[in-house]
Amino acid sequence: MNKVQNNKAWWLVLPVFLLVAFSAIIPLMTVVNYSVQDIFDQNNAYFVGAEWYKQVLSDPRLHDSLARQFFYSATVLSIEVPLGIAVALMMPTKGWSASLCLILLALPLLIPWNVVGTIWQIFARSDIGLLGYVINNLGIDYNYTSSPIDAWVTVVLMDVWHWTSLIALLCYSGLRAIPDAYYQAAKIDRASSWAIFRFIQFPKLRGVLIIGVLLRFMDSFMIYTEPFVLTGGGPGNSTTFLSQTLTKMAIGQFDIGPAAAFSIVYFLIVLLVSWLFFTTITHLDKDKTKEQSYD
Amino acid sequence: MAEIHLKNLAHSYMKTPQSPSDFAIHEMDHVWQQGGAYALLGPSGCGKSTLLNLISGLIKPSHGGVLFDGVEVNNIATQDRNIAQVFQFPVIYDSMTVYENLAFPLRNMKVAKDKIETKVMEVAKTLDLIDILYRKANNLSADEKQKISMGRGLVRDDVSAILFDEPLTVIDPNLKWKLRRKLKQIHERYNITMVYVTHDQLEASTFADKIALMYEGKIVQFGTPRELFEEPKHTFVGYFIGSPGMNFIELTANNSEGNTKFSFDDIVFPLNDTQKQALQNTSSTNIKLGIRPEFVQLSASAHPDSLPCEVVYVEDLGTYKIVSVTLGKQTLKVRLGEDQQIPTETAYLNFPEQWLKIYIDEYLVDLSTGDNNNE
Repeated sequence: MNKVQNNKAWWLVLPVFLLVAFSAIIPLMTVVNYSVQDIFDQNNAYFVGAEWYKQVLSDPRLHDSLARQFFYSATVLSIEVPLGIAVALMMPTKGWSASLCLILLALPLLIPWNVVGTIWQIFARSDIGLLGYVINNLGIDYNYTSSPIDAWVTVVLMDVWHWTSLIALLCYSGLRAIPDAYYQAAKIDRASSWAIFRFIQFPKLRGVLIIGVLLRFMDSFMIYTEPFVLTGGGPGNSTTFLSQTLTKMAIGQFDIGPAAAFSIVYFLIVLLVSWLFFTTITHLDKDKTKEQSYD
Repeated sequence: MAEIHLKNLAHSYMKTPQSPSDFAIHEMDHVWQQGGAYALLGPSGCGKSTLLNLISGLIKPSHGGVLFDGVEVNNIATQDRNIAQVFQFPVIYDSMTVYENLAFPLRNMKVAKDKIETKVMEVAKTLDLIDILYRKANNLSADEKQKISMGRGLVRDDVSAILFDEPLTVIDPNLKWKLRRKLKQIHERYNITMVYVTHDQLEASTFADKIALMYEGKIVQFGTPRELFEEPKHTFVGYFIGSPGMNFIELTANNSEGNTKFSFDDIVFPLNDTQKQALQNTSSTNIKLGIRPEFVQLSASAHPDSLPCEVVYVEDLGTYKIVSVTLGKQTLKVRLGEDQQIPTETAYLNFPEQWLKIYIDEYLVDLSTGDNNNE
């Protein structure tokens, strides 16, 4: 049989190819291009190889903000995930109260980032803000503009307020998807409520939790607007996270080369951590040949 | 070990039921004996799952009581009732291995470790789960999962009844018979009362010694598969059991010249004296004759008391044939053996009197006593 030679079908791939090229490949390549050159003006660009990368990787400012960034993401995740699960478990399952809870929970997610920053900037002020005023009147010395610890607490609190809902909503939908038969079987097996959570609810929530944790990790790791509006990175550099350092470098100082190299490193870190997390979690699903301990 | 007694049990999902139609389960008095294998058969929505959940305690009855060995358990929670339930979809604990799944109920009861080990091993052996004992349960096939959920009931010494809620729904057809046989073996071995809910008459009759057939919230007949086939107590039993179901002909009584004739579509039905006697006593106008397709006789020539009919359609199902005939305006089905001759066009029907059943208000009339089963 003769195979019909017809390569016209390749044209059908073209729209997707163009789309991906414009949305991802070309911008990314531009950054790669900047990161290996020293550019003075349009006609004066010199190839510098890995020079910018070396400089960026040994910059103590970056080390500091990278450490802060990891600490921030870890803090935020370790509060939001358990809290979100707890909220989802406590939510009513039907009736008007369930709808009301869903709306209330969704509200913070609908507010634009910079508005969230502004809300908390005023809310937490010790002179006119409700929160700051109350805390100070309780006899606790609190001022997020001067104390790094207070600033940190405020930024974390803001993030928890803004994003716990996301985890809670995801978990809520996950919980609703568990058929009644599971609870009935657990009842018949005389499982305690902790065992029900540990062996039914939590395993069934894993799918949505993977998505939730990944989203929250990436978002918190790239956070910019809210702390920028709230504290401007201060006091000192105490709440300056990676993206703010990057912006300062790229736009404030116009160090395009190092900023580009930094962007690539930043991108790779997010990718690497997400990948590590995802593979570890999905790997846990595999069969274990040995019996694992129960308690 | 337990005998389950449903004492004047009725259930409505509404707070204040007004009419009989508000009840999912109509008042019934029924006993499941210790050690029996029972099937609860009925179409979707007839209340069989509700009844099962009433027994297991997942639903609290609104009227009457559930008694285990004579003790009312209405207010005893599911977990304290000593029953196990297998659901339509296999319920397993995903994150655990097969072993842990089987051990779970025992661990919750704080049973000693070595006791758990022996018990789990014993059950795993019976259910053929030994080879996969240390594999994660969520990667297994549906029938293996269903065996695990059954096993969780069997490991417990205190379980006196296992309730099955259409357990074979998601199982491949070729594995169904295997699992059904396993169920039978388990029943023989453990002497546990088993109640098996299904809408499949084949499943019910292979599994159970006795079948309770449910219809619109009532158990319309409780008997062996054979009794259900030969003596349907209600027109629904006749219709639901058998393939195809029973033939029914509606009769009207005409009084002429001092004796009553029973006819349909202007055809007088040849009835014997006992049959007529039974019908003359009733004031009801809802009179039906029922006969199974297997028992109708079809021949090419006329016999005494035979009625002429038209053959309209023949379905050849391999080992037997289903012949559709019209008698007056009625369509009747006749089941014939593969090698039996089928008359074309006009044929003659005979209705052997021992297989001809009379129903008044949908309930069977017992011709030996003249009683109508409708209580």
